Amino acid sequence: MAPLLAVEDLHVDFDTPTGRVAAVRGISLTVERGECVAIVGESGSGKSVTARTLVGLAGPGASVRAARLDLAGQDVRGHRPRDWRRVRGRLAGLVLQDALVSLDPLRTVGAEIGEVLATHGIVGRRERAGRVTHLLDEVHLPEPERRARQYPHQLSGGLRQRALIASAIAGEPALLIADEPTTALDVTVQAQILRLLAERRAAGVSLLLISHDLAVVAQVADRVLVMRDGRIVEHGPTARLLRSPAHPYTRQLLAAVPSASSRGHRLAASAVAVGRDGGVARREALPARPEVRPNDTLLDAAGLTRRYGDHTVVRDVSFSIARGETLGLVGESGSGKSTLARIVAGLLAADTGAVTFENAQWSGVPERVRRPLRRRLQLISQDPLSSFDPRYRVAQVVGENLDPDVGRGDRRDQVVDLLRRVGLGPDLLDRHPRRLSGGQRQRVAIARAIAPRPSLIVCDEPVSALDVSVQAQVLDLLADLRATDGTALLFISHDLGVVHHLSDRVLVMHDGAVVEQGPVGDVFTYPRHDHTRSLLDALPTLVTAGRPQEVRP
Amino acid sequence: MFSSPLRAAARRLAAGLVVLWAAATAAYLALLVAPGDTVDTIVGDGADTPQIRAEIIAEWSLDRPAVVQYLDYLRRLAGGDLGRSYLLQRPVVEVIGEQLAPTLTLALAAAGLGVLLAVVLAVATAGNRRPWLRRASSGAELLLVSTPPFLIGIVLLSVLSFRFGLFPVSGDRGVGALVLPAVTLALPIAGLLAQVLRDGLDRALDEPFVLTARSRGVRERTVLLRHALRHALLPAVTLAGWLFGILLGGAVIVEQVFGRPGLGQVTLTAVTGKDMPVVLAVVTLSAAVYVAVNTIADLTYLLVDPRLRRS
Repeated sequence: MAPLLAVEDLHVDFDTPTGRVAAVRGISLTVERGECVAIVGESGSGKSVTARTLVGLAGPGASVRAARLDLAGQDVRGHRPRDWRRVRGRLAGLVLQDALVSLDPLRTVGAEIGEVLATHGIVGRRERAGRVTHLLDEVHLPEPERRARQYPHQLSGGLRQRALIASAIAGEPALLIADEPTTALDVTVQAQILRLLAERRAAGVSLLLISHDLAVVAQVADRVLVMRDGRIVEHGPTARLLRSPAHPYTRQLLAAVPSASSRGHRLAASAVAVGRDGGVARREALPARPEVRPNDTLLDAAGLTRRYGDHTVVRDVSFSIARGETLGLVGESGSGKSTLARIVAGLLAADTGAVTFENAQWSGVPERVRRPLRRRLQLISQDPLSSFDPRYRVAQVVGENLDPDVGRGDRRDQVVDLLRRVGLGPDLLDRHPRRLSGGQRQRVAIARAIAPRPSLIVCDEPVSALDVSVQAQVLDLLADLRATDGTALLFISHDLGVVHHLSDRVLVMHDGAVVEQGPVGDVFTYPRHDHTRSLLDALPTLVTAGRPQEVRP
Repeated sequence: MFSSPLRAAARRLAAGLVVLWAAATAAYLALLVAPGDTVDTIVGDGADTPQIRAEIIAEWSLDRPAVVQYLDYLRRLAGGDLGRSYLLQRPVVEVIGEQLAPTLTLALAAAGLGVLLAVVLAVATAGNRRPWLRRASSGAELLLVSTPPFLIGIVLLSVLSFRFGLFPVSGDRGVGALVLPAVTLALPIAGLLAQVLRDGLDRALDEPFVLTARSRGVRERTVLLRHALRHALLPAVTLAGWLFGILLGGAVIVEQVFGRPGLGQVTLTAVTGKDMPVVLAVVTLSAAVYVAVNTIADLTYLLVDPRLRRS
């Protein structure tokens, strides 16, 4: 029997004002009936364009060529818009990232699902509401009748992602294309969504999974295709590809994933030697750090509580950070970790509790008193671009954090020096940050943060928006700076692997309270609290990967 | 403590009253410092003797200090008494009441036509499906927005009425007489609204939920009307209050051009004749309409965007 999806030598080009850009350069793939195939790649690899092209939505200015493009026995190459409308939703469903924006925020989820039923005339008008409820039940949404009348913003991230999947399967398509379906979600919710996708597959639907995260797709995929610069560099059965990757790029991707085993070593490709079998043979060690003395307290937080209305976001949190120490802070979205970070950074007042920093009162004092100390505590956020003045150039972004007494000429020299320390050349000085790549932006943010030689940097999800290879470079950079400057880090992340790789100690937050804290090795190896355990269980790792049956219901 | 919707309503009402008071006071002050004497206005072309002047001052209590007159005016305004016209010697409520209907008809017809035209233009030209139509439409909109309404009116009159005799030149008899004035007023509004709407549609079309909708096999027209248009309406609603100002200001001129009765005529006569009670009443009425339109706009937000509703 012919495969459900057969693609041969697919090319997608985009006409832009600056010329023709080749996004996909001759890829071939097949998806058999009931099979799950994953395309893994970093941003700009062409994986999303591929997904959209398969439903005829490559976008404006795109030209598509292929030797073969068969979907469910149809040659879709010559399809006109009307023909495509019969394919979409009915033969192939599409699930995108983050249902908050992928479902129409002005319409109820029931209306969104009903739209598929109406468009393809799947059930009559009268039975539609019943079918919507049935579909929501199918994706395990509790109280489906009530949920159908709710808007996406009224549902949690996991529930609305389920609703989005319900709308994609409403037309009973044989192929479900999921483009980063779990990327915006917490690990435990991510595990649930992956389980749901595996369930659809058990029900006979074929899956084409698109992701940047090898560990995630490895949980469900039979075969993996690794994509880079519009080409497929390697493909094969999941277990084989993870165990013995053949292509250097695949090895690089695997080695760049931070975890317990990468602790104390570099992640970036240049510092990792890969063995004959594709496994990591040797990593370059991180430079030695100044010794951390636990009693040399830099910042102390005692009994911090913060409420919003009736809702307690941070609940009696106490911890301290020693000079030069890296403290990890993990927790799911809504656990209060960002609020805690803002209190520590002195951007938000706690209702009760006190913070001391560098042996001085830091919380509850007038800004006038706090200002001289502000330079000693810096902040790096997830989205550096929005923390920059959009009209500033790189030189100004970094320069604004230098000592105000530094003269004009020295200023530029010092900025050049800071950029060099974060691995950027002086050619970027007059560039606008929005013209930089994601990794370059985060480096500029780091250069700005280290400019006043702070003793503590609060890093709020600093690598969450970055590709794994760029993330590796930024984590290496933070480790280097920590070694040379002896800077302490409060490192906030939802990614347990990243925290395990970088932190000395870790706090685990749940519902605003710290449920567990201690040395990172102890907490992650012998978790005592249920919540820590469930976080660790839900974490997709490359070790558990390649055994997709484990997550099947 | 009030529940939050009640408190919000109370705050709105208070803010509306402040706007009304500010508008009335500003108009009062402007007329106070304008040259000319009230007594001269009331005397007009009639007999002018010291005795008559004294009678007028006594009748209208013009000998009281300005502050007392102002406070008295506010007190009567609060009670709904707009006073008597100096020139027409009739209650202002009557004068305005007679002329309100034609202006309101004109304004509503123009607003409806403008919105309809804008939606049709924007939906037809959003996205990049028909680049030539889009360019033509943008050009026409720019032209309409930057042309003063009276000029549009004169052009329409000379072509459609004088040359082809399709519509009456002036007056307010029948629907035919309403067409040209309404079109004149509607065109600039349509031009501006169409630009705002198309901009909003273009932005909405780039959103992921539109990709999702298209991936369901929905027609492009449905994507536009069912999904994108609602998102594009939000910024357009913000303009509603401001557009209403354009409409009122435009009506004064358009009524002149087309010789229609209405508030425009009344206002013009009152201002040139320094008929203070009538001018004050028109200003206060406009302010009241403004407050009402903006309140409706805020309620429309809640209707369009469920995210703004508080559970």
